[in-house]
Amino acid sequence: MDRQQYAEYIKKISPKSKIGWSLVRAFIVGGLICLLGEGLGALYQMWLPGYDQTQIGSLVSCSLILIAAILTGIGVYDKIGYFSGGGSIVPITGFSNSITSAAMEFRKEGIIFGTCANMFKIAGPVIVVGVAVAMLCGLGYFIVGLFL
Amino acid sequence: MNFLWAFLIGGFICTIGQLLILKTNWTPARILVSFVVLGALLQVCQLFEPLKKFAGAGVTTPITGFGAGLVQGTFENIDKYGFLGIFSGGLTAMSAGIAVAIVSGLVIGMIFKSRSK
Repeated sequence: MDRQQYAEYIKKISPKSKIGWSLVRAFIVGGLICLLGEGLGALYQMWLPGYDQTQIGSLVSCSLILIAAILTGIGVYDKIGYFSGGGSIVPITGFSNSITSAAMEFRKEGIIFGTCANMFKIAGPVIVVGVAVAMLCGLGYFIVGLFL
Repeated sequence: MNFLWAFLIGGFICTIGQLLILKTNWTPARILVSFVVLGALLQVCQLFEPLKKFAGAGVTTPITGFGAGLVQGTFENIDKYGFLGIFSGGLTAMSAGIAVAIVSGLVIGMIFKSRSK
């Protein structure tokens, strides 16, 4: 069986999920996670009037990350992920889920060499690329600032 | 009204992610990276702030907010501290989130075992 035949074979036997319906599920779950973020933001603004927008945003991110980590631990987040696909990957909770699930998966190889060493297997590139891009943009901004 | 837009815009961004998964077979890591870069670029073009005013958590909760925050922190620190800000700004702005992610991952990883398979 050559490559093309194999690709066709895979296409034939893999389950055909309806694209439209899966987009709707991603939309609803992703939207609900963002709604939770907005709600937490409104709550924190009420409880902590001294905090500015940026600090409230940080607190909301931390809360969502913590909630997602706990849900991953008890196995609920995987179920949500199975249902919603991109809806649970794209929000910051998906970032947290990728760290926690890697931490759990490699626990059997020990805490230091398993959990600690492999935690950022999926989330690592996000931080590396993010920091690199931010630094590049910052460099451009700094150089432009010198001439203005 | 804010809540409605947060839901709609947030849902829309996630739908794009799902479309990428279906059409391109990208891994989650690649999707996360793409959205971070997208957020960073939006911030550089000054398009992220108006979006944030409009949709609030709808754009900051998706990982695009992470990229935008990195760039925003970098620019702010450059304004404040000059040259050093290029290096210190990004992670300073995102420090709380990353720290919570590391510690919660470690603690949960030590308490719970992986259920997969």
